[in-house]
Amino acid sequence: MTSDGSAREQRPVAVAPGSIAAAPAVELKGISKRFPGVVANDDVNLVVQPGEIHAIVGENGAGKSTLMKILYGMQRPDTGEIRVNGEPMQFKSPKDAIAAGIGMVHQHFMLADNLTVLENVILGSEPTKGIRIDFRTAYDTISDLGRLYGLDVDPNELVETLEVGERQRVEIIKVLYRGAKILILDEPTAALVPQEVEELFRNLRDLKAQGSTVIFISHKLDEVLALADTITVLRGGRTVATVDPKDVTPRQLAELMVGSELPTPETQESTVTDTVELSVTSLGVRSDDGRWVLRDVSLVVHRGEVVGIAGVEGNGQAELIEAILGLHPVAEGSIELAGHDITTWPTRDRREAGLGYIPEDRHRRGLLLPSPLWENAMLGRQGVAPYSNHDLLTPAGARRATEEIIEEFDVKTPGLDIPAHALSGGNQQKFIVGREMSSDDLKLLVAAHPTRGIDVGAQAAVWDQLRRARKEGLAVLLVSADLEELIGLSDTLHVIYRGRLVATLDPAMVTPADLGSYMTGVRTQEPATEEAT
Amino acid sequence: MNVWSRRLRRFAIGLLGPVVAIGFALALSAVILKISGHDPWQAFRAMYDYGKTRASIISMLNRSIPYYITGLAVAIGFKMNLFNIGVEGQYRLAAVIAAWAGAAVKFPAPIHVLFIIAVAAAVGASLGGITAILKVTRNVHEVITSIMLNTISTGLAAYLLAAHFAQKNKPGDLIIKTKEIPESGWFPSLNGLLSRIGIELPIGSNLQGFIVVAVLLGVAYYFLVWRTRFGYDLRASGINPFAAEASGVDPNRMVVTTLLLSGGVAGLAGLSQVLGFFHRYTIDFPTGLGFTGIGIALLGRNHPVGIAFGSLLFAFLERSAQVLDLEGVPKEIVVIMQGVMILSIVIAYEVVHRLVEIQERKAVVEATHEAPPGMEVAAA
Repeated sequence: MTSDGSAREQRPVAVAPGSIAAAPAVELKGISKRFPGVVANDDVNLVVQPGEIHAIVGENGAGKSTLMKILYGMQRPDTGEIRVNGEPMQFKSPKDAIAAGIGMVHQHFMLADNLTVLENVILGSEPTKGIRIDFRTAYDTISDLGRLYGLDVDPNELVETLEVGERQRVEIIKVLYRGAKILILDEPTAALVPQEVEELFRNLRDLKAQGSTVIFISHKLDEVLALADTITVLRGGRTVATVDPKDVTPRQLAELMVGSELPTPETQESTVTDTVELSVTSLGVRSDDGRWVLRDVSLVVHRGEVVGIAGVEGNGQAELIEAILGLHPVAEGSIELAGHDITTWPTRDRREAGLGYIPEDRHRRGLLLPSPLWENAMLGRQGVAPYSNHDLLTPAGARRATEEIIEEFDVKTPGLDIPAHALSGGNQQKFIVGREMSSDDLKLLVAAHPTRGIDVGAQAAVWDQLRRARKEGLAVLLVSADLEELIGLSDTLHVIYRGRLVATLDPAMVTPADLGSYMTGVRTQEPATEEAT
Repeated sequence: MNVWSRRLRRFAIGLLGPVVAIGFALALSAVILKISGHDPWQAFRAMYDYGKTRASIISMLNRSIPYYITGLAVAIGFKMNLFNIGVEGQYRLAAVIAAWAGAAVKFPAPIHVLFIIAVAAAVGASLGGITAILKVTRNVHEVITSIMLNTISTGLAAYLLAAHFAQKNKPGDLIIKTKEIPESGWFPSLNGLLSRIGIELPIGSNLQGFIVVAVLLGVAYYFLVWRTRFGYDLRASGINPFAAEASGVDPNRMVVTTLLLSGGVAGLAGLSQVLGFFHRYTIDFPTGLGFTGIGIALLGRNHPVGIAFGSLLFAFLERSAQVLDLEGVPKEIVVIMQGVMILSIVIAYEVVHRLVEIQERKAVVEATHEAPPGMEVAAA
């Protein structure tokens, strides 16, 4: 076995495939994979040495996930060769890959909430004693694994009670339990706060020290540079370069990833005015079962200002947005939009008074998927011109307005009668952004994760549009999990933690690490707000 | 992009569903006939020959009126994903109360008819309203409520008829019925109009004038659902209630309005019989129209024209089935055909729907065909 204990072996950097001494843990040669209309992988080559942490970086759509699915047996390449520890492999399903010692931790956790950690880990490969499951052996094995790799989770805990970081550890244990020596982690830090990221990195280094090989997929360059031994860059479905992190600057790496010029979310000069468009005062919201999910929240958004809300998901952001939109009743406090007290207004009146909304989940809140685009363009403004004369629809006007949205916001579609579900995610998002921003009397835009899950081109387009609108005097309330986006776009930044605004920061001064410590409640800025309960 | 050619193609693909389904139902019925020892060809032939007579066509049109109205009533609910299974109870209770109320008052002709229509719509709407209020305030599923209300309203209708509304019959007349509505409350037949344009009806045949009301209801339904903002809200709520809510649609209000409308329309379903045939409510008033309406709404894909075809088809099958007894074939075969048709249409629609979806995706890929970003460069 060559896969174990050879971490410190001499090896060249920027390796050409096939030119190394010992057999690599993983070698992919000339992998190509086509989907209808898209080439996901085009002659990709990858060499991963045993016992290293190998990062694969690239923008959304660069082909990282497809490549890993091929390596994990979830998809079969059209052409190319897979070698594991020097042996050529034909993976028909993940089962084959697992048998070859490969394990994958998916970006979206695949755990059953109502089972314990132990039950989740052994699910599908239960140790048995006769016809009974041997829980004792399983418990011991899992505890040993945890101790060995520093993966600290109680096997008897219910998964639904775990934090995101702990769930991820369960996923890693699950993979190790199945005997994996080569671990693939697909965007493992996407859902983690900075402190949890550090914990994960410690775990990964431990794994490496114990002889495991880690393949780490990411598009966050600082993380990759801090962790990886080798970095392979994918762009447009091809391997662009394999580099040593010591030899590159973040900027060089970013340029390799994107090709040329870098889109950044930075706004230029301040356009903040004195006119208040949104004023939230001492807002309190209860959940359906009566718990306070938002308490004593006060904030102001001016014309030409972007106010960002940072926070770990589930700390009251969704409730804040729903309260502003009128989708959730307000228990105390008040909301003013452009000088009107809208606290008790129905949603329709709020939207017609100039409230735009880019929803967090475009399929759930933003689109009528089977309906044609021109009917989707009306959604939220079905009561106003040019879409209707309040009671009767005006399809001709609606179609013209839809054409303008498509034109101005560069939505790629063959026509107006195409149903929304046929568009790609990025185009759907551009369409929604266009729809919400094309209103003439838009006062406030509530943007929840406006660039989540879309490719870099669409992301840059959305940022551009937000910046342009801000310059023209739009007030924006931006809720995002992308700290870079928050820091780059916001004029003012609030941190929300357990339903309260715990800090107000200047985005020009704050670092992601600072933000993270407020977001996790490690630091608080305003003890005064704590007492107001 | 040529909008019209695309629409035409869509329409053609849309037509495929019902055609396939009807063909399949015919084939399956033929097999059943064959197995039970009858000649399918002969049976179908007899049905067709009998069905195409003028008397049969008039009968078919008359039968299709209540089907069309119940179909519309169900379709209004379906458009926002509400299953008003209570149409059955709604039209029956509405018919008995409207017939009684119509016989109890005396107005000049058009007002008398309008009064009866209003009473029926109000009764149907209030039953729909009960379903809506329970759903909105207590979160009780409308299917549960409306099934229960069916039982309650049919019982209530029977009780009202027997205990309060029945007239004193002459000795020997055993049919329990309400008092006859005065002639000012009758809906005139279209016979006069037909003979003026040269169509003479066989003796005893009457084309019920209420068919005009049914057609107007269909037009109103189309206009409301596809041309008004309310209709947009309705469809949006049906497709994606969460997106509709975020767009400013009040979901509770939509539920209440929709079920009131659905119930109100359902209330009219028995009126072609009350106003144009019996002129009263009797113990042998037709039952089951509401349940048939569910199938017809499915068959017609909640579209007013589709529902019209569905109700005419069902009416034709029922009328022409009468001849089967003469041929020695059990006419229940028609009930089987109706059931198979509804089942196969649901399947056929799903298949067609997927075909359309694939086509659309292809169109998008073709139209936006472009290499993924960064494809052209491959450094190092």
